[in-house]
Amino acid sequence: MMKRIFTTSHRVIGAHYLQLSLTAVAVGTLLSLLMRIHRVWPDTPLPFYGILKPEDYLALVTMHGTLMIFFVLTTAPQSGFANLVLPAQIGARQMAFPRLNAAAFWLAVAAFVILISAFFVPQGAPISGWTSYPPFSAIAAAGPGQGAGMDLWLVSIGVFCLSSWLSSVNMLATILTERCPGMTWTRLPMTVWAWLVTSILTLLVFSVLLAAIVLLYSDRHFGSSFFVPLGDIVNGHIVGRGDGSPLLWLHLFWFFGHPEVYIAVLPGMGLATSLFANFTRRNVPGYRTMAAMLVLIGLLGLAVWGHHMFVSGMNPYAGTAFALTTMAIAVPSTVEVLGWLTLLSYGGLRLKTPMLFALGFLSFFIAGGLTGPILAQPALDSYLHNTFFVVAHFHLVMAMAGVFSIFAGVYYWFPLLTGRLMNETLGKVHFWISLIAAYGTFFPMHLTGLAGEPRHYERLSGPIASFSAILPAERGITYSALLLAAAQLLFLWNFISSARRGQRAESNPWQATTLEWAPEGFAVRVEHGPYDYSVPSGEAKFIPQWEAASKQE
Amino acid sequence: MPATFTRHPVEIERKDTGIGGKPPLDRRPTGGGGDGDNWDNRPSGRRGPRELLSRYRLGVIFALAGDLMFFVALVSAFFVRQSAGHFDARENYVSDWHPLAVPPILWINTAILLLSSITAEMARRQLFREIDVMEEWLGLGRPAVKRAAPWLIATVVLGSLFLVGQWIAWDQLVVAGFRFDSPDPSSHFFYLITGTHGLHLVLGILGLVGALIGLFTLRRIELRQIVVDCTAWYWHTMGVFWIFLFALLVLFQ
Amino acid sequence: MLAPALLPAGATLCLFRMPPNASLHGIATDGLMRWNLIALLACFTAAHLWLVVAIFLRKQSTANAVISQQKKNNIVPNAAGKSQQAQPPAPHHAFSLQWLLLPILCAMYIWMAVTAQHLWAADRFEGPSPGAMQVEVVGQQFVWYFRYPGQDAAFGITRPSLVNAATGNPLGLDPQDPRGNDDLVASELVLPVGREVDLRLRSLDVIHGFFIPAMRLKQNAVPGLVLHVHFTPIAVGIYPILCSQVCGSGHARMQAELRVVSPSAYQDWLKAKEQQHQQEAAQ
Repeated sequence: MMKRIFTTSHRVIGAHYLQLSLTAVAVGTLLSLLMRIHRVWPDTPLPFYGILKPEDYLALVTMHGTLMIFFVLTTAPQSGFANLVLPAQIGARQMAFPRLNAAAFWLAVAAFVILISAFFVPQGAPISGWTSYPPFSAIAAAGPGQGAGMDLWLVSIGVFCLSSWLSSVNMLATILTERCPGMTWTRLPMTVWAWLVTSILTLLVFSVLLAAIVLLYSDRHFGSSFFVPLGDIVNGHIVGRGDGSPLLWLHLFWFFGHPEVYIAVLPGMGLATSLFANFTRRNVPGYRTMAAMLVLIGLLGLAVWGHHMFVSGMNPYAGTAFALTTMAIAVPSTVEVLGWLTLLSYGGLRLKTPMLFALGFLSFFIAGGLTGPILAQPALDSYLHNTFFVVAHFHLVMAMAGVFSIFAGVYYWFPLLTGRLMNETLGKVHFWISLIAAYGTFFPMHLTGLAGEPRHYERLSGPIASFSAILPAERGITYSALLLAAAQLLFLWNFISSARRGQRAESNPWQATTLEWAPEGFAVRVEHGPYDYSVPSGEAKFIPQWEAASKQE
Repeated sequence: MPATFTRHPVEIERKDTGIGGKPPLDRRPTGGGGDGDNWDNRPSGRRGPRELLSRYRLGVIFALAGDLMFFVALVSAFFVRQSAGHFDARENYVSDWHPLAVPPILWINTAILLLSSITAEMARRQLFREIDVMEEWLGLGRPAVKRAAPWLIATVVLGSLFLVGQWIAWDQLVVAGFRFDSPDPSSHFFYLITGTHGLHLVLGILGLVGALIGLFTLRRIELRQIVVDCTAWYWHTMGVFWIFLFALLVLFQ
Repeated sequence: MLAPALLPAGATLCLFRMPPNASLHGIATDGLMRWNLIALLACFTAAHLWLVVAIFLRKQSTANAVISQQKKNNIVPNAAGKSQQAQPPAPHHAFSLQWLLLPILCAMYIWMAVTAQHLWAADRFEGPSPGAMQVEVVGQQFVWYFRYPGQDAAFGITRPSLVNAATGNPLGLDPQDPRGNDDLVASELVLPVGREVDLRLRSLDVIHGFFIPAMRLKQNAVPGLVLHVHFTPIAVGIYPILCSQVCGSGHARMQAELRVVSPSAYQDWLKAKEQQHQQEAAQ
């Protein structure tokens, strides 16, 4: 029984990670719906709860961001799917360190439980946002939920850092040492390249977050002052005894925080390439370029963190430097997008549900990515920083693109999990409603942000300024968000009913070339590239990677 | 290439392709059998006697890389904090950093830690002597274990001595008035740096004890090699980290 | 003279819901913003057109697909010059079009980046002109205080231990510092139009974000730091000041008013405040 729970089988662990993400996304979505409802009807009491107080709203914002970024977007595309298919895709039987893998998963579960428990302590969950800037997050008296709730948040994320560290060690060792004979670097599926870059980023940056969390926890409980400046007064009490710097937290956090968002989106980029090749039945002509772009984005992503800090009090010269690196990172991203668009330009697309979601990923990536250069210019960011324009940007490029890549992966690898196919019609309806509702939710936020509406506002009308002019847009956003959430019920229904009664899938239902679709007991030796579509071989019009070398060579 | 290198014309092995005609030439000057020399081109599990060890070493290296980033973050904070200051009434930039004098016992501790690295390395090397491995394989007892165990115990003792020495240094600082929660940032960093390093050493000592137990309980010599080897590399790395951190505290305040 | 320059950018941006600009540096910023938004929308539309066409394209031979695609490539999205490897081999006439387009787009991107850097440098690298007036802005949960230095143009020393809003000393002015005797503390920001002002931003407790949308101005107020931003209001009016960095349950309520008035009205207001201050001091 213990073996069943604490299994070291990577496929089961991958499925478990996906279940964890599913739970987290359900909670996170519920929180966001409560946020949206409160924003447009602030004085309407919620059933069982009453009217949301301002600090309740901020707690919702904080926990929504934390859950979604850590437990959905860092977990599902990387740990979830990689555990499911990475070993198969490189021709390995198992991960390099299966027990480490299992330990990482259970640490992630512990982190999730600790985080959720923050709702149930006195004064509730923390309210300083997922970025928890000190001194607000360093002083318990600064707001409701900043006491026990903040401590639990810190412990939870600290444990999550340890989990990510172990998980990335395992993944890197696996990719480096467990490839089967013939699986050279240029024969790896693009998903493996993406997981490689993501693992390196994870390894490097989560330790920095852990260090920052240790320092913040120390400020809160051990009397140090890493982040709290001298003479800081909160609620009439002087709490700053030593001379700390709040900007130090911003640097440490964003050094982690920016690569984190690439960690969230890179696996989706690798999956998009694979799916586009699969469903256009074409090889990827710029394979080396695409892989190099993934590596370049990962590397450059370590040098751009200051673009979250243009108006934070950082040296303006540093602002220029970060602006230049950020504008530079648009280059590999654009090359990648052009590569995809080119790959799609040969016509004859097989528009199955996984392909549709991959196309949706591309659409959101373009939409959100295009607003990146605007925010990278400090002169413009000094208007747009912390407005809803930024919210629109990252929800489109990270959240929606990331979530659509997760959906693509689920629809695509469902036959591997269950031996059945998910219902195509339901899948297509799910896709279209989600696409339209997602744009309906996040596109108008560009306009409300341009109108100057700041983030984290629990209501639109204040004592002096009122954003009531944008109330119609806000209502539209709320209705779209409700529709978007409702569409996911379709997905859940499809998932559950297809698992039981779905159409049985043949082996390799998508006629893919990558090794996770190989039949049982194939000779573990690879002679072909990962995307040999449109190359006739015998009766088939493509060469799967597990096919032995042709005798005519 | 050195001038003494000469290419021997070796008997080049030709592979049969199965379709007749001339097989491709294998032009490697050192001969070798087909693709077997390429480590990566062998299936997992058949890549040689050190395959498992290499994999575990790689894992340890990656884990330590992550750990390095943790210390890099602390050290960056350290440097940033040192450069903090304020402008006084005459617009002069006055540094707010008051360097903390490092208690002299830290020098002794450093020497002890370096010594413990030596004993750890001695222990590690005992596991890799070919003769001992052969003797064990032939069933003639476990000489490697008997030779390595005392060195491991010595490392544990020295490591514990180091930790005791650090604790004494902390005591001395508290007596001199520099506690962790003093307002002075240099004390924060001193305790933080020595404290986190000390915590890593505690984990290292637990690892060494685990390696010791593993030496006696594990059946396969391969696994014993891995356990001692990886623990020893972790220990060395903590020693190297300490040298950097110590140099930082002594020279860069 | 300024109105025609304002109108094109202003009109377009009103379509995008931005409040009208009322600051000097905002004119150039708005121009840049407008270019960016138009370019963004163009790229977004072009890319999605490409996608839609690709979806409906029947499976073609390589050459045909490429030619029909090049024709629609007239509005290719922002690109780097290094993407040649990703492009399929193309026939000559379409190839030369591509070679012309990509460098042009690259040049536009670089021009945009350089312009943006120039604006930022002009705004932030140098300090205000020596003739700028000074006002100190202090943020505290959940109010903004504005301190005017008075006739001596010097701010008095403040001490955290003296902060006591209940007794009328919300900023902790030290009574022993003579320079602070004429400091005026207000909860609204009043400025004369056309005069450059240098704001000293401070915070007493947590990080707040000082944001005046109409002045295209945003800067965090960080406790422990004194940060400076400067701008010149060019249009009379009343503009909201918002807090843009989450600071607690009152974050959405932390607002103040900026009133930009004519220079004579400003002098009147200042005199009235000074008289009020002297009366309070005498008590």
